[in-house]
Amino acid sequence: MSTLDEIMPISVRVWWTVAGFLALLGLWLGVSHSGLIEARMLPGPETVASTILRLMHESFAGSTLQEHLVSSLGRYLLGFGLAVLIGIPLGLMMGWFEWLDDLVTPFFEMLRFIAPISWVPFAVLWFGTGIGGPLLIIFSGAFPPCLINAYRGAKMVDKRLIEAVRTLGASNYRVIKDVLLPGSLPSIVTGVRLSAGIGWQSLIGAELIVVSSGIGYLMVQGQANFATDIVMAGMITIGCIGLLIDFSLRVIEQSISRKWSQGGGSQ
Amino acid sequence: MSAIEFHNVGRKFGAYEAIADVSLAVRDKEFIAIVGPSGCGKTTLMRMVAGLEFPTEGRVTVNGRVVRAPGPDRAVVFQQFALLPWRTVRENIGFGLTCTGTAASEKRKLVDHYIKMMHLDGHADSYPHQLSGGMQQRVALARSYVIDPDVLLMDEPFGALDAQTRTVMQEELVRLARDNPRTVLFITHSVEEAVYLADRIVVMGKKPGCIREIIDVSDVRTSEAWQELGIDEVMDLPSFVHLRTRVWRLLRSQMDDE
Ligand SMILES: Nc1ncnc2c1ncn2[C@@H]1O[C@H](COP(=O)(O)OP(=O)(O)OP(=O)(O)O)[C@@H](O)[C@H]1O
Ligand SMILES: [Mg+2]
Repeated sequence: MSTLDEIMPISVRVWWTVAGFLALLGLWLGVSHSGLIEARMLPGPETVASTILRLMHESFAGSTLQEHLVSSLGRYLLGFGLAVLIGIPLGLMMGWFEWLDDLVTPFFEMLRFIAPISWVPFAVLWFGTGIGGPLLIIFSGAFPPCLINAYRGAKMVDKRLIEAVRTLGASNYRVIKDVLLPGSLPSIVTGVRLSAGIGWQSLIGAELIVVSSGIGYLMVQGQANFATDIVMAGMITIGCIGLLIDFSLRVIEQSISRKWSQGGGSQ
Repeated sequence: MSAIEFHNVGRKFGAYEAIADVSLAVRDKEFIAIVGPSGCGKTTLMRMVAGLEFPTEGRVTVNGRVVRAPGPDRAVVFQQFALLPWRTVRENIGFGLTCTGTAASEKRKLVDHYIKMMHLDGHADSYPHQLSGGMQQRVALARSYVIDPDVLLMDEPFGALDAQTRTVMQEELVRLARDNPRTVLFITHSVEEAVYLADRIVVMGKKPGCIREIIDVSDVRTSEAWQELGIDEVMDLPSFVHLRTRVWRLLRSQMDDE
């Protein structure tokens, strides 16, 4: 990181990013106004921008853009939260109890290859298109990184620390809570960040198919009405929110890993 | 009944025989130093008392019971301190008490007592990485002493410290052993440390690891009142020099065998 900063000062690098963004915008503007592609197929950036503004106070597919977003976020937080709440403790426990590791790992390894979107038929059959189905789909995307990173983190904790607390009379619960959890925190936070991203992607996938509100649903309705501008507005919203989620978790991740390397996370 | 007993203990790692036929009875409140060439199985022996490792032959008992798991009756002090980096000095020292469910007020009193005793005043709320090696090892010692174990197991506890700090810690340990007598197994590579600290010195040999000789120091120590003297005074005594030479020769002969 520092080497790149030395060769190219931060301000220069920011300008490159801005330039890339402007070039893309310019290209989009140019092509959409060139008459090469029908405006209905490729609305210009200014049209999409005004569509976003319009969707914010005019309802489409039953709700305004914010309302769709809130319902998406609610569903997302539920599925993602559940993945974190189950994935981290289970991962840590698998890192500690060998029998649990042997019990869960084979199933998990198999389930891992079923992409979140492949859960859709099953999720609908079992949990319907209300909250249950989408929840399972988000969960199936967000769960593995939480589990795997907690598990790997726990496995990498200094064995001597574990032995030390065991000789002090620590129960299994204490080994997990007081040694494995703090010891694998950097790895866990990385897992949570990955899981947040995959969860967000899976959510939209789920919404495209199973629900009656949310950004995904808004896009499907846009498509049904041949409103490319609405579809693109939805995509931009998804991208921006995803970026925001990732950015905030990156900040947390960095501050934790900085603390850990300072605090001598291990000897 | 002895505090710790090894009955014909052997340990194999796969086909490799690390320890063979070790028998030893450690008396209650006895300070045993174990010396021997690298790889002779000192750490393995100690881990079998701690319950972190198990014999493949024979058995190890503590207070008459066969060791099956680690427990707070047998505290371990590691060479690398093994303090929890995310806990303060106070929390590290109190960790064992938290595990055994000691009441908060009682815990506070005990932890404060050991913080003072180990000269850690003013560092109670520091984190391990903010302390010097010597101080970290004091925290580790306090953490072990505070749970009031029957047996203290120390594996080269001062091995990672510089010479001066090491001397200070050795005197500290003699003071501790005098004021709070415990059964101690103390592994070291330093012959002087062994002679200065121990009641009996176990000299081990290798291939496979076994006990070659046991040297009694306690009689001389008591009759000359070593525990009342500083380490440099003790080291000048003819009796000390004599014992040191004896242990050193034994150790050398084990190493020459290689
Ligand atoms: N978990 C293990 N697996 C395989 N071999 C082991 C294991 N633990 C110890 N050994 C072997 O057993 C022998 C004794 O090891 P141990 O660590 O007890 O020696 P030591 O006397 O403490 O040596 P040192 O003075 O270097 O600390 C060594 O040859 C070592 O390689
Ligand atoms: Mg060793």
